[in-house]
Amino acid sequence: MESMAIVANKKRVNEEVNVIQESQKRKYLSDAFTPKGTIKSRSYITISVVSFLLIFLVWWYECNLGGVNSMFLPSVASTFESAKHMFLKENFLFDIWMSVQRVLLGFAISAVVGIPLGLLIGTYAPVAAFLEPLFSFFRYLPASAFIQLFILWIGIGESSKVAIIIVGSLAQIILMVATNVRNVSISLVEVSYTLGVTRGSVFWKVLLPKCMPDIVDTLRMVLGWAWTYIIVAEMVGASEGVGFMITQAGRQFMISKIFVGIITIGIIGLALDMMCMFFKKILFPWNED
Amino acid sequence: MAGYDHIDSPKEVDYYVDDKGNYYKLHNGVDIINVTKQFETKDGMVQALNPVSLHIRDKEFVAILGTSGCGKSTLLRMIGGFDQPTTGSVMFHKKEIHRPSAYIGMVFQSYTLFPWLNVHDNIAFGLRQLKKHTPSEINDIVHEYTELVGLKGFEKKYPKNLSGGMKQRVAIARALATDPSVLLLDEPFGALDMQTREVMQELLLNVWQRSPKTIVMVTHDIDEAILLADRVVVMTSRPGNIKEIIDVNLERPRNWKIRNTEEFLKYRERCSELIRQESMKLIQTAS
Ligand SMILES: Nc1ncnc2c1ncn2[C@@H]1O[C@H](COP(=O)(O)OP(=O)(O)OP(=O)(O)O)[C@@H](O)[C@H]1O
Ligand SMILES: [Mg+2]
Repeated sequence: MESMAIVANKKRVNEEVNVIQESQKRKYLSDAFTPKGTIKSRSYITISVVSFLLIFLVWWYECNLGGVNSMFLPSVASTFESAKHMFLKENFLFDIWMSVQRVLLGFAISAVVGIPLGLLIGTYAPVAAFLEPLFSFFRYLPASAFIQLFILWIGIGESSKVAIIIVGSLAQIILMVATNVRNVSISLVEVSYTLGVTRGSVFWKVLLPKCMPDIVDTLRMVLGWAWTYIIVAEMVGASEGVGFMITQAGRQFMISKIFVGIITIGIIGLALDMMCMFFKKILFPWNED
Repeated sequence: MAGYDHIDSPKEVDYYVDDKGNYYKLHNGVDIINVTKQFETKDGMVQALNPVSLHIRDKEFVAILGTSGCGKSTLLRMIGGFDQPTTGSVMFHKKEIHRPSAYIGMVFQSYTLFPWLNVHDNIAFGLRQLKKHTPSEINDIVHEYTELVGLKGFEKKYPKNLSGGMKQRVAIARALATDPSVLLLDEPFGALDMQTREVMQELLLNVWQRSPKTIVMVTHDIDEAILLADRVVVMTSRPGNIKEIIDVNLERPRNWKIRNTEEFLKYRERCSELIRQESMKLIQTAS
């Protein structure tokens, strides 16, 4: 008799717990969807994995059950086969290494030249007047339009490929870094003057430290764009590289190889992005976002 | 004043002569002489300030009250040297103020801590710029002011981890640490909630009563103005000039309890009345 009561009581408690959990779940969901709200990082990772899996599933379904011609869409299996073959037999890692090297070199040159120029433009109005319209003009020139010119001017060696990457990233870095500096609030500058900072040193003492994390963000974004220029860059007389491989495979309608190339580009891009985010977190623990 | 040598020192004069040849005797402290300010905007010239004249004595606490947009910040910014008067002049210790400097500290309503520096380094920032002290002296001064504003134990925290009230306390400590001759406060507690604001007012009151210095504070809060200030300057609505100057003859040292005294209420009534008149004017001109 007594034990029956206990069981019944337990059941009631369980039900109550369920109700509470249920309402907490619902609260968590509605919290998650508040505009500009946040979610736990574990949830974030889970959801993002789901989105990749979903794409994968659609791809797999279309090839196997959707009846899409494998001329247009390679099957998941044949793409894996190609990948295996490329990495093991065709030394695809070397292609990747060459591409990464070209992009990083071009990007590094852009950054070394572009960051100081951007900082100057953002800090000094006359420099802005002199350089900003110029680079706003350059920014809209498509890198692919320079292929023939660079071949003519600097031949088909490594430097012309690097030059394409520079065309694709330099103006962006300059203009975005200039904006990063301008975004430093004027009251921060003014308050520093009342603390003994001079006009000559305000750049080093306030503007630069404040906008460092934003510059890293700019670099992260431009690096992403520079990386997408690899295809264009390797149209200039390359004989290796991910971009070269994709162009080559395209000519021979080897569609699964194109897929491997594209997916590789995406994965490396994502990796570069995550590296930058990681460095930003480590280098600027004070940063407000 | 040695040690401030990165600030160029204009000539000291005993009289200020305006365009029309009128002489004004100068004092120690801040002399605001027939200052006006116009802003050029897309819609033409905006008169932000009609001629304002005011002498702020050394170590005096002056509060400025006025309706929104009447030019309080504009006036304060000209005292700080951030903006130049269109006509007239602002002098400090008989020298013209024409750029911001470490003589004059400032606390803004918006949070202006250096986010890349922790609390200790924020407070030490000005001391390190001025190079008047050895590192160990700087440490001592920073400790003193950290304690004064009740932030002991928070030295290593970055601004992003501080509440609004704490941020403003750091800002005040940072401004005081370099020992400026004048401290300008533009609605420093305006963004804080009621309770925090009252705590901050107490704190500022105690700091000032311990070691008085010239303070000019812009505020919307009538109680705050009366509690803290020696004189309350009430401005007219835009284009602002001085409507009335009220001497607050409440006994010092004061504390929050005087808010409930009859005298205090009288001052509050007077200020409210003046502000109300100006607000009504503002509404009538708008309609
Ligand atoms: N840089 C500027 N350019 C153009 N107009 C300005 C500028 N600064 C201020 N003004 C104008 O001058 C007037 C006075 O501004 P100010 O900021 O001094 O007012 P305030 O009394 O501090 O107001 P509030 O109480 O809202 O802070 C306002 O009408 C404002 O629009
Ligand atoms: Mg204001």
